[in-house]
Amino acid sequence: MSYSDQERESPYAESAPGYEQESGEAVASYLIGLGLAALLTIVSFFIAGTTLVWGPSIPVALVVLAIAQMGVHLVFFLNITTGPDNVNNVMALAFGVLIVLLLLAGSLWIMANLNHNMMPMNQIMQMQR
Amino acid sequence: MSAFEAAAGRGHLDRAGRDGEDGGLWSKRIVVGYGFWIFLLSDIIMFSAFFAAYAVLVGATAGGPSGRELFHLRNVGLETVCLLLSSFTCGLASVGARAHRGSWFYGAMAATGTLGAAFLFIEVREFAGMIAQGAGPTQSAFLSAFFTLVGCHGLHVTVGLLWLLTMMAQVFAKGYRADILRRVLCFGLFWHTLDIIWVAIFTVVYLMGAGQ
Repeated sequence: MSYSDQERESPYAESAPGYEQESGEAVASYLIGLGLAALLTIVSFFIAGTTLVWGPSIPVALVVLAIAQMGVHLVFFLNITTGPDNVNNVMALAFGVLIVLLLLAGSLWIMANLNHNMMPMNQIMQMQR
Repeated sequence: MSAFEAAAGRGHLDRAGRDGEDGGLWSKRIVVGYGFWIFLLSDIIMFSAFFAAYAVLVGATAGGPSGRELFHLRNVGLETVCLLLSSFTCGLASVGARAHRGSWFYGAMAATGTLGAAFLFIEVREFAGMIAQGAGPTQSAFLSAFFTLVGCHGLHVTVGLLWLLTMMAQVFAKGYRADILRRVLCFGLFWHTLDIIWVAIFTVVYLMGAGQ
């Protein structure tokens, strides 16, 4: 039994992440993704070096732009959709995002707290003498 | 149709009698894609741990140079262009593979490989320059975290390049068999995910680091 026999046509065969029906449609989707991602990248690099906007808002803007670009990559390059056959992928993604957020926020929160509560290093050195 | 409905047997007509062949409820391509997606998410979680370490240690320069003195945004811009374009050509390659169009697939894969190699070249040159000016990973906790995070991504790109060459060789030797096409699908997912991680790196490490 060869593998090509196994892969008979079925309505769901073409819709795993990364797969679409028509070549032309798929190329158009990749082109849209490339355009949007390039636009977001250019805006990111522009904002990072500009003095036109209020300084403290720049990191926030950069994070928002990065998250938007990740969304563009997920939808247009990885083809994560809201389609019924993609439910499992979306659920896994949601769980992954939850873990990533817990890891990042938890680490930063705990370490900031420790930093805040720790005695300055030179005082510790003096006590050890 | 959700997995639960399928498990309850409501999706049988859609699957056109595939049960007996591979024993699964879903087509093999979906299962393989899903499994590889789980792996990629675990990889992303590993990267998020490196990101957390970097964010905690970014101020710990131990009297050495900070990101502001070390990072050249022109280099980073070039790397970003390389990786974004390679992600696009990788998408074209997967379309070409599905359409069984040889020239399209090989051309797009070669372009992807060239752009990936260009990215690696710029990155290695940047690392070598930093080490030459005394800003190696042993200089400070900040630089250790930097080299771990960005180096780990570079390592992933290196592995991706080897995988890319393997996929070209396999398609050349074995043709567009269903199992080969599934591997091409997984390679595409891997490569796109590397680009997503790079978006986080150039934002958090380079743009925020250079603007501090």
